[in-house]
Formats: sequence, structure tokens, C-alpha cells
Amino acid sequence: MSTFLGIPGLRKTQPAHDPNILPGTAPIPDEPLRWGQDFPHAAREALKNEQMRRNLGHATATIRAKRAQVVGEAPDWEDLRDTGSQLKINTLAALPALLEQFETNFTARGGTVHWARDAQEANEIVTALIKATGETEVVKVKSMATQEIGLNEYLAEHDIAAYETDLAELIVQLGEDMPSHILVPAIHRNRAEIKDIFLRRMEHTPEGMTDAPRELAMAAREHLRKKFLAAKVAISGANFAAADTGTLTVVESEGNGRMCLTLPETLITVMGIEKIIPSFTDLEVFMQLLPRSSTGERMNPYTSLWTGVTPGDGPQNVHIVLVDAGRTKALADDVGRAALKCIRCSACLNVCPVYERVGGHAYGSVYPGPIGAILTPQLTGSTGHSDPNNSLPFASSLCGACFDACPVKIDIPSLLVHLRARVVDEDKAAHRPTGWGAAMSAASYVMADSKRFALAEKGTGALRALAGKKGYVAKLPFPANGWTQSRDLPAPPKETFRQWWDRTHPQDSDPATQNNGDNNE
Amino acid sequence: MRIALAATCIADAMFPSAPIATVKILERLGHTVVFPKEQTCCGQMHINTGFLDKAVPVIENHVNTFAPVLDNEWDAIVIPSGSCAGAIRHQQAMTCTRAGKLELAKTATAVAAKTYELSELLIDVLGVTDVGAYFPHRVTFHPTCHSMRLLRVGDRPYQLLKAVEGIDLVELPSADQCCGFGGTFAVKNADTSSAMLADKVSNIESTGARVVSAGDYSCLMHIGGGLNRKKSDVTTMHLAEILASTKEDPYQPSQPWDTSHVIEVATK
Ligand code: SF4
Repeated sequence: MSTFLGIPGLRKTQPAHDPNILPGTAPIPDEPLRWGQDFPHAAREALKNEQMRRNLGHATATIRAKRAQVVGEAPDWEDLRDTGSQLKINTLAALPALLEQFETNFTARGGTVHWARDAQEANEIVTALIKATGETEVVKVKSMATQEIGLNEYLAEHDIAAYETDLAELIVQLGEDMPSHILVPAIHRNRAEIKDIFLRRMEHTPEGMTDAPRELAMAAREHLRKKFLAAKVAISGANFAAADTGTLTVVESEGNGRMCLTLPETLITVMGIEKIIPSFTDLEVFMQLLPRSSTGERMNPYTSLWTGVTPGDGPQNVHIVLVDAGRTKALADDVGRAALKCIRCSACLNVCPVYERVGGHAYGSVYPGPIGAILTPQLTGSTGHSDPNNSLPFASSLCGACFDACPVKIDIPSLLVHLRARVVDEDKAAHRPTGWGAAMSAASYVMADSKRFALAEKGTGALRALAGKKGYVAKLPFPANGWTQSRDLPAPPKETFRQWWDRTHPQDSDPATQNNGDNNE
Repeated sequence: MRIALAATCIADAMFPSAPIATVKILERLGHTVVFPKEQTCCGQMHINTGFLDKAVPVIENHVNTFAPVLDNEWDAIVIPSGSCAGAIRHQQAMTCTRAGKLELAKTATAVAAKTYELSELLIDVLGVTDVGAYFPHRVTFHPTCHSMRLLRVGDRPYQLLKAVEGIDLVELPSADQCCGFGGTFAVKNADTSSAMLADKVSNIESTGARVVSAGDYSCLMHIGGGLNRKKSDVTTMHLAEILASTKEDPYQPSQPWDTSHVIEVATK
């Protein structure tokens, strides 16, 4: 089977009723950016998982409060956001030149740069680099880019075991699960579930281990330490790459990333091409924006920076794979490209009321939440009418909380509308009639003219009849039945505003809309 | 002042009590209200569902209807809805530009600059916070996402409510969370929307208020639908309806729910 990224069917979907699968687990899919059902259906399933909803609600509320506090402490927060946004806009406007500048500088310092057009190419490059070392085990520090390309599964197919070292990522990996949050991939799990996963899947868990956070962390530490000390090859992501110095940056909380970045002999970094920033000094801005927005901290505990190879210190064999995988396609869209400003802080997820209720798996992509809803469809492109990713731009009430939280000021609501229009226009171009299309055309016809509108208002008598004496409708026919699933609809009034106006302001009335009083009761 | 009223399509057809109350407040304050008859809708529903082309004729009708404000036919335009005001100010011109209608986009921007949501008009343009209202009941207020984030009306509605004689205004927990309406979101993503609504409704009920108010009847239709389904005692009232209520003329809702208890609340 060939998929959208050109990856042959690599990953096997697990059987649905495997007793070893915990509730709330998303089986490893074929396509990391397009799995499962469309959003409304996936959300319906997710909403049934009350445990997950509690875990999520609790976790996001905690992060939100922390974030609000540290953002409140920064008097120049809005200026920082403006600067971060402008830096990213400048970056995207000059991306090809900046990438070349980065390549020159990274190479000059002893690193090797590889270019990958798509996930397949990226996976092949990484696999070849590992094979060349003769190793069969690698350690990894959390990286969205490798999640996006499905690297772990590809490596497994080629007899290479990749061990995640970020605690949350480890929980997801051991659970044979998919991440549900950008920053806290196991946010859908609580302590009891984590203990359960460790006991089932981790070798040598301590006897009598409880679900106390410290005990769980100690067990993971024991497990990981062996991996760190044995690993000759590490794979990392990168938060930023400075073009003017060729410097890469990883920002993290646990220090496991630093172990990966310093202990092994070979270090392979996989990074999306949009992670470039023009100058090393720009880090000043992003290092203030990122930790506050993501973990609600003034500064993250570990920031690692490396520029090529330092002889005799750290990895001597240093590579970077620059991944496109749909990014230049997004860049070509004047409006949509703003999604590439994203620094993956996850602030938009933590404030999103939709995400908070359905969790990350419902988005069917390793990029969930508001950013996922605008990024995923752009990276994958549409495969047509029934593409589940076409439902993502509609997975929002457009409440705007994400835009307010975004440290680089991505106007997510406007991008959602833009991408909705793209879905609608595609259907139109392909002459695919839809129910919504018909309804919207009819509404447009009626609402473009006040006489037609006034006439349509009179037609609401049917609704009033449906409401009867009780004054409201508790059950509407399809397709409006979604409304009456949880809420009633009031009966339309006997007199519209227009009619009231004519009655009470006769000197001002217009014969065209007069005497519209509804007398058919 | 001569003020043109944009009633909004949903209030015109379903919730006339909000524009009626708006007229009452403004006339009580000594202003002349005009209702330009050609109006229908601001185009928001079409824009937010992605039917931008279909929104254009609707926007065109709106802009043409209200363009006389540019020739000083009226001093300002008032619209008792945060989300429609938001669409007018932030989406109409974008939609016209995308459709290649640059002239229309320009006029839309100019008309938008003279269009105010009710609380903006009262405080910023007319310079009043105490509109002489009397409403001796416990009220909680839902700020609505578009008023809060698209229009940035800030605490203007609260300033107006605090000046109401006799009111017992109580804070709504998690007030800034979306109620889950979002136009067609409520139908397209009915399950998620319902989950959001359930939390909003229980937060409202936790305040012990008899009335939940907002500056937007679309959100209130959603919230009211949820409250009615729960057979809750809490009723919904537009900000304008509370501000319109006086001792001499206690507000009589014309809203179409079973309003017996509302009337009792309003006249008690
Ligand atoms: S879109 Fe903005 S808020 Fe969301 S993850 Fe990206 S940078 Fe953070």
C-alpha cells in the first residue's frame, strides 16, 4: 500500500480488541498525519472516555494557571510576541537563503547536512546513517519531526530499535500509543495508568512499585540510564537552528536530551525546515517566549546548544536532516504559511476548549489542537471529498483563545476560516454537491435581499407549529438534529423585529414590509 | 444623535426582544433610532463556514444598506451583537478582497469604522454608563468570545451592568470559556459543542443567578437551549433587555421560551 507521503504500508494497525491495549490508546497508524475517522466521529468516541477528560482537564488547567502567572510577570510580553512574530515572518520570507546560510555554517563546523523532500527520504537517510555505524539500538530525545515522519516504526522495520528517553514519550512508546499533546505527549494518562504501562511493558520494574510520581520517575531513570550508557547513536529534534552560526538548540525539562546530545558518538538531528531563525541572537526573544508559553516557566531547566563538532568532546559524527514534507507547499500559500511560524509551544492546545474535551487523538495527527487543525491539512494536502483531514479546520468554535495565547501571534481563527474556504472551494471546483453547499447557497440568496428575507421569516410558522404550546422544539429533524441533541430551540416569536418596528414606528414604515403580521395562528 | 440600528438576522427573526430593547434604551436617552429596511445579515455565517463567495452578496447588501452613514445620514450604527460586530469589523473587508471586490472592501471598512456593538456605543460614543435601568435580580454575565477577543469590549458590559439600580451581579466561573456555539460548529460538531455547553450551564447554575446575560443572542440561544433542556430556573436575557428595564416600565420579555417564570422575575 502506498500512502500520501510515499511510505509503503509500514506500520501495522493493531487489532481492535487486544486485551493488552489500555483504554484511550491510539493504535500506531499507517500515516502519522492522517489516521482514524473524521474529527466529529473521533471526537464522539473520545468524549466517552471520562477518565481521559478528567486527566486532560486537570493538566491543562494547571498549565494554564502557571502560564498566566509567568506571562503576567513579563511587562514587555506583547512586545516580545510582536518581535517573535516578525522574526518568524522574516524567516519565512527568506527561507531558502537562510537554509543555505545554515548549511554553509553547519558544514564549516564539521557537521553534515542532508535534505529530505518527504518522510520517506528522511527515514531512508537516517536509516542509512545508522546502518553505517553498525549499531542496532539508538536513543532518542523527543522530536515532533520524527513523530511526523514515523521514524521509529520505519527503523523497527529495518531492525533498529529506537528508545525514547523523554519520560512522557517513553510512556507513549511503551504503551504502543500515539502522542496526544505536543509538549506532554502522555497528557491523557494519569499515574495509575502509567504505573500499569510500566509494569506491563518495562523490563525490571522495582518490586512493589506504587504510582507515586517519584517511584515512577526512578523506575524510568533506571531503565533509561542503561540505554544512555550503551548507546553509540542518538537522534534528536531541534527547537531552533540559527542560520548565521549554524547552531542547533534543544530545549527540555528532564536532562535526558542532554544525555543524548553528549554521550553517543553519532548524533543525527531531524528538523523541519521552518525551524530556522536568522540569527543566534534571535534566541534571546524565543528563549523568553517558549518556556513561558509551553511549561509556564520563566526558563526551562535544560537548554543545549551545539554547533557542528568539537574535537574530542561530545559526538564526533554530527548530522542534520532538513525535512520539507509539505512545508514548501504551505509556504506557497500567502495566508496558510503563517502556520509555519509555530514554535511548537503547545499554548494553543492548553487554552483550547475543544482540545480540552476531546484530547489529542481525535485530531488524527501527531499535531493536535488548534495548531494541528491548521498545520496538518496543509502538510498533507487534501485527498478529496472524504479526506478526514478536511474536517480539521471545522474542529473549532472560533472562540479565539488560541490566537490570544500564541507567542508568535498566529491568527489561528482566520487561518481556520481560510482553510474552511479551501475545502469548500475544492468541492465546488470538483463539482461535488454537498448538503451544506445547497443550504448556504439558499441562505445566501435569501439574505442578499431584505424582501426575500422578510418572506422567509414568515416561513418560520412551521417551526412554531412544531414547538406547539410548550414554546420550544426539543427534537428537530435531520440534519438539524445535532442541535436538539443537547439543547432545545425556542419557537420563533409571533412578531419579528421588522414587524414590531412597522407597528411602533409607522411614520418610518415601508409599504414593502408592512402588514407582514402573522395571522395564521 | 441619529443612530441606525442593525438588528442582526437572528434577532430579527428569532429574538426581537434584543433589538427592541436597544431601541428603547436609545430613545429613552433621547436619541433617534432609524431602522434601514434593506438590511438582512452581516454575512458571518457564510464566512465562518468557509462559503466566502456566497458571503459576498450578503455583505454587499449589508454595506449598501448602511453606506449612507458615510454621507452623515446617521451619526453611528449600533448592533446588539458582539459576533456580528466582529464579523463586520474583521471579516467583511477580507472576504470582499479575496473575491476581488476591492471597492466594496473599502466601503465595508469605512462603514465598519462607524459600527459599534451596544456597549461600545453607549460608553465610547454616547458617553453614558448609567442608562437609568432598574433590575432587582441576581444576574451573571457571559462575556462571549467574539466580544471579548475579536472586539475587545473589555469590561464595558460590566460597567453598564454595575450601574443598574438594584442588580445583584455575580461572577461567572470560567467566564472566558467558550459556550460551544460557534455557529454551525454546534451542528457539525454537536458532541463536542454539547460537552462545552454542559460545563457552561453548570457554571451558570453554580452562581445561583436567575438570569444569565450576554451581549449576543446567538450564544444566548445556545445557552438557553441547554438550560431549557435541563428545566433550569435560570433564564437568558440580552444585556440590552436588562438595560432597557426601568421601574416604570419593567422589562417584558418577548422571547419565545416558556417565559412565565421570566416575566415573574422581571416584574416582581
Ligand atoms: S500555534 Fe502558537 S500557541 Fe500553538 S503551538 Fe504553535 S506557537 Fe504555540
